[in-house]
Order: sequence, then C-alpha cells, then structure tokens
Amino acid sequence: MKVFRAHILVCGGTGCKSMKGDEIRQALIKEVAEKGLADEVRVVDAGCMGYCAAGPVVVIYPEGTFYQKFQVSDVAEVIEEHIVKGRPVERLMYVPPEGTAAIPHMKDIPFFGKQQLIALKNRGLIDAEKIDEYIARDGYQGAAKALTEMSAVEVVNEMKKSGLRGRGGGGFPTGNKWDFCQKAEGDVKYILCNADEGDPGAFMDRSILEADPHAVLEGMIIAGYAIGATKGYIYCRAEYPLALRRLNVAINQAREYGLLGENILGSGYSLDIEIYQGAGAFVCGEETALMNSIEGKRGMPRPRPPFPAHKGLWQKPSVLNNVETYANVPQIMLNGGDWYASIGTERSKGTKVFALTGDVKNVGLVEVPMGTPIRDIIFDIGGGIPNGKQFKAAQLGGPSGGCIPMSAVDTIIDYEEIIKVGAIMGSGGLIVMDEDTCMVDTAAFFMEFCQDESCGKCTPCREGTKRMLEILRRITKGQGRDGDIELLEELAYAIKDSALCGLGQTAPNPVLSTLRYFREEYEAHIYNKKCPAGICKALAQYTIDAAKCVGCTACARKCPQGCISGEKKEPHVIDQSKCVKCGVCMDTCKFGAIALG
Amino acid sequence: MAKLTVEDLKKIKERAQREDQFRSGEKRTKITVHLGTCGIASGGKKILDTVMQEIESASATDVLVTTSGCIGICSREPLVTIETSGSEPIVYELLNPAKMQQIFRRHVLEGAVQTEFVMARGKEQER
Repeated sequence: MKVFRAHILVCGGTGCKSMKGDEIRQALIKEVAEKGLADEVRVVDAGCMGYCAAGPVVVIYPEGTFYQKFQVSDVAEVIEEHIVKGRPVERLMYVPPEGTAAIPHMKDIPFFGKQQLIALKNRGLIDAEKIDEYIARDGYQGAAKALTEMSAVEVVNEMKKSGLRGRGGGGFPTGNKWDFCQKAEGDVKYILCNADEGDPGAFMDRSILEADPHAVLEGMIIAGYAIGATKGYIYCRAEYPLALRRLNVAINQAREYGLLGENILGSGYSLDIEIYQGAGAFVCGEETALMNSIEGKRGMPRPRPPFPAHKGLWQKPSVLNNVETYANVPQIMLNGGDWYASIGTERSKGTKVFALTGDVKNVGLVEVPMGTPIRDIIFDIGGGIPNGKQFKAAQLGGPSGGCIPMSAVDTIIDYEEIIKVGAIMGSGGLIVMDEDTCMVDTAAFFMEFCQDESCGKCTPCREGTKRMLEILRRITKGQGRDGDIELLEELAYAIKDSALCGLGQTAPNPVLSTLRYFREEYEAHIYNKKCPAGICKALAQYTIDAAKCVGCTACARKCPQGCISGEKKEPHVIDQSKCVKCGVCMDTCKFGAIALG
Repeated sequence: MAKLTVEDLKKIKERAQREDQFRSGEKRTKITVHLGTCGIASGGKKILDTVMQEIESASATDVLVTTSGCIGICSREPLVTIETSGSEPIVYELLNPAKMQQIFRRHVLEGAVQTEFVMARGKEQER
C-alpha cells in the first residue's frame, strides 16, 4: 500500500459542495500534480465535518490543521506554504468563537470570584417561599444559639465585637444602638426593620427580601431578644409587591413553626412581626419619619433627641435597622463577632452589598468585603464600561451621596475613606456614568429628586432645594449667570447646616461633589454656553460638516422643521434659529456629517 | 403545628438537606429558574412555563423544578441553573423559550451541555 506523507481532506458535504467544494478539490489535485507531489500527498473527498458554517472546510493531516472558508484562490498558497515549506497558513485557520471554549467555573468569573457572600449567602440557591430550604442552609441556627445559649447582654456584646455598622447609610455601630435600647427603660419595646429603600438605582434590600426573607426575620428575632422587644414591624414600600408577598409567606411559615409568636424555640422569648406598607415616600426611610408613618401620622421627621432608642415608635424604646444589617446578624451569631470583625478594614467590618447600575457591563447585585477598591467593583466585577466608552464618574450613596471621578476611583470601600472623597457609603447604590454624562444635568437630576421628596416640614430643605434646582435648571438651559456657582455653594452649606433631618442635610451633596470634581463643566455651561457632554440640548447645536456632506438631501426631507436647506449634491446647512434639536437629521445621515456640540 | 424546639430545627435541617440531595432520590435533575424581580422582568416566567411544558410533553418524572431569587448578575437574566446527578451545576444565561427548549431536550434529556448558552459552572463559594 502506498504511503502518503500528507492527506488533504476536502469536505464533501452538501454545505461545502454548494460553496464550490468540488472546484477546490480539483484545484488542489491539479496543484499537487503540478508541484510533482502526487506521490506524496493525497487529496481526499471527505464526508461532512459538521461545521458547515465555516465551510468550505479543508483539513490537512497528519497535523490535523483545520482550514475554514477555503477558496480556490487559497490553493496555491496552502500547497506552497503548508505542504512544501511546512508552514500552516494562519490566516485560514479556525479560531474558536467565544463561548465554545471550556466553560469557566463561577469562581473564575471576575463577577463572582471577587465577591464574598454573607448577607447574600443564599442567593440563587434556595426557594424563598420554602422555610425548610432556609433551615437546610443553617437557617434559624443563629437565632437558636442566641435565644437558648446566650443572654441578651451577651448578644449585644457579640454584636459590638463584630463591628457591624448600619447598612442603611448612617453607618452607626449596630451593637451600640442595641445597647442603648437594651438599657432604656420601658414596659414595651419595638424592633423595626427599614425596608423603605428609596435611592434611585438601589435594589439591595429588595433583592434580599425577595431571595432570602427568613434571614431578615431571623436577624430581627435576635435583635428583638437583645433589646427585649415583643413586637416588630417591617416597613416596606408598596412598590415592592414581590418582596412583600415573599415576606408575608415567610412570616406565616415562621409563625407556623413557632419561630415567631409565644415562647420561641422553648426559650421563653416571644415576638411577633408585622409588615407595614409604606406609600413610597423617600423621607419615610428617615427613622423618625418612618415611625410617624407607622403611627398613622404624616411621614415627617421629628427632631432628635430624644433618640428612638429611648423614645421611638409610640414614644417607646425602639431599634430600627436596615434589611441588609439584619441579614448579617444570623451569621454573626453563628460564627461569632470575631469572625465577622476579621473581614474588612480597621473601622469598617464585614461586607457591603452594592446595586451596580448605569453604564457598566455587568449590571447586578454584588457583595464585597470592606476594603475592596471601587475600581475593582466597576472594572473587574462590573466588567467596565460598555460600547468602548470612557469612565467618567461613579455616583455612590444616592441623593445623599456624591460622584467619584477617575482620580478617586482607587478609594476603598470604607465608611470614612468614602466620606474623604466627598461621597457617602449610603445604602449601596452605585451608579456608573460614562463620558456621555453631563455632570450638571446629573446634579440637577438628584436635586430634583430631593426637592420632589422633601416633606416640607423645615424651610431650609423645602425652599433651599427648590432654589438650588432652579439655578441648576437655568444653567442647563444656557441661562447660567456669573455668580451662580457661588450662590449654589452658599445655599448648599446653609441647607447642610440647618435642615431638620438627614434628607435635607445631605441633599446638597451631589451638587457639592460635582462642583468639587467637575467645576469646569459648570463653568463651560455658564461662561461658554457649551455642554461638553452634549446632553443639555439647549446648549447643543447640530451642525453639518461641509466636507463630509454629499448632498443626498435625506436629512432635509426628514427634518420636521424644514430648516435644512441646500442643493442636491451640495453641502447642506441647518438654520439654527428654527432648529428644535430633535436629532432626526443626525440619525438619518449615513455619512456621519452631522455633529452635536 | 406544634412549637419547634432546637432539636426539631436540627431534624428539619437534616431532612431538608436530604431532600435537597435529589441525587440520591428518584429525581435525576434539578432545574432552578431564578425569579427575582430582574428575572421576572426579563421573561423568567416564560422560561418556567417552557420548562413545565417540556416536562409534560416528555413525560419526564425525574426532573425537579424549583425557583429562587436573584443570583446577582441581573444583566444576564433570565438565568437557569441545571444540576444533574454526578456533575457540576451549569448556569445558563440570557435565555428565551427557544433556547430553554433546546437546553431541556439536549441537556436535561440527553446530557449534552449546550455550551453556547452557558454562563458558568459550579456554585459560588461561600465565605
């Protein structure tokens, strides 16, 4: 039998044949013969190789080199290079498309690999409506330990040791809060849960309640035991129907098992929890306003002191913690305060959940250890900015927070470090913004939110936010005046110093932080009447680049104002006095001749 | 139902863990459809419907279907996790009913992982 040094297999499947597979085979045979290789190389008409999308397919053995989309014109090159000189032609070689490579493990994907789950430990693993699945993953073991093996004082001490701080935004040490209330005198005490998540773009608490409602109930049972509460309320906004439904199911299941009600787990401790639905007012996330709302009054803050630990709901000692704070508690009881304190930084312990949204590839819910740089969250976990755009800023802390620019993106997640760069930890909303974002417009958006949500009880917040919004809107409309920036700053500090509650005191933060890092953008709006990002329409002009315009008349025909004129095959012009800046011309132009700036 | 004691809690935990190990029982495959608000908003319920229809038309008796909350990466919803006895869980992303149908017929019934729709394998590490 004759031995060939190489076999060239030409796919003879219908797919490849229909793409001139036979011609390629004939050409290969002819070329092999002409080079005098007919005794060394055999050309084979092979069966379908199964990868028709890449056809015509040619495979050369013994190496098994896989050539795709092979053409008659490639024949001479492949014979000369591959067969004669032994150099495979890389140009034609098959490159595996994304996704067919080996499947990565969850922990090898940066999105998951860089996270550490405590509050979200059951995410995606259990059915939120089945209490047994929660129990299977150590559910209610923390409560069992606290209620049957520890005294209330020991529970508080364990919490102090853990260093857990309020995850709703304030960052007040949870153990200390419980301590105050434990020591407060009162026949009735209340344990409250703040699930009135209201920051734009934030959904941490909603996700926890939807995925793992029992973790929150267990946290409340432990906290209630520590302070001696017999009644608990979860204040949740009515806009969260799924969270409310799953919470209701969870509460009923816990009652059925006797994990809520009289004599829980035979410990002698009794607690019942009820849901109170809020109407979705932002101010009701403020603790005293929340208590007013549960009492049936208007959701307006009360002056502090007296603090809720002494005079809270119905003037009784109360502890209010956020959803995420409670979700951490069972783990702390189970694994000990020292374990929790071993995670994180000097003053910020444990992990923090962030709702990652905006101009970032992997929008989602992430939980990272304290001390993680913001850069890692945005670029590794978040996957960076989509569509090849540049990062501009990250908004942290919602309407009470601030914008972090590229120069501060290496700041670590830590209550104090974030304050230093002009933002706040907040409840964990993290909105990423790309280069196409106007910072004045962003500040105006948050100011509009605060102004809209201001309850109106105190003048600085009610009037101050309105005046600040007016100035910001004026600037974005191209009517900014010399002195506006200074006036904004003066108002901002006045509101910060004199507003009654946290909402008002922090409302100017987005303006102050954008002024700190993007002052030149405000100046461009006011003095040059330009919006560098091209967002503020009043300041933008559509112009036609005469060099690129071919005079196709497409834009002139589409313009609703009829304000584009020009002869056929001649550059066109936009009449700026009539233009309404709808942008139709720019969308219509196939030559990229229309620019916004 | 009577009040639970700490002992009962441990018993429930053991029982529930046994049940969760569907591998030892009659169920061969567990399909988890992630139905947080993000999953529902991107069409997760249609995926669940597709799974139920496929189970019915294939008369599959060894497939366990359950739902769960947000897995974290909301931008890849709808997501489904498929665990088959003896192999690592596979998480499929960006699903639609057609993809789910293919996954059910080829992966669940025939054991061939549909690599082109897979996001990852395995479970997230705890702590």
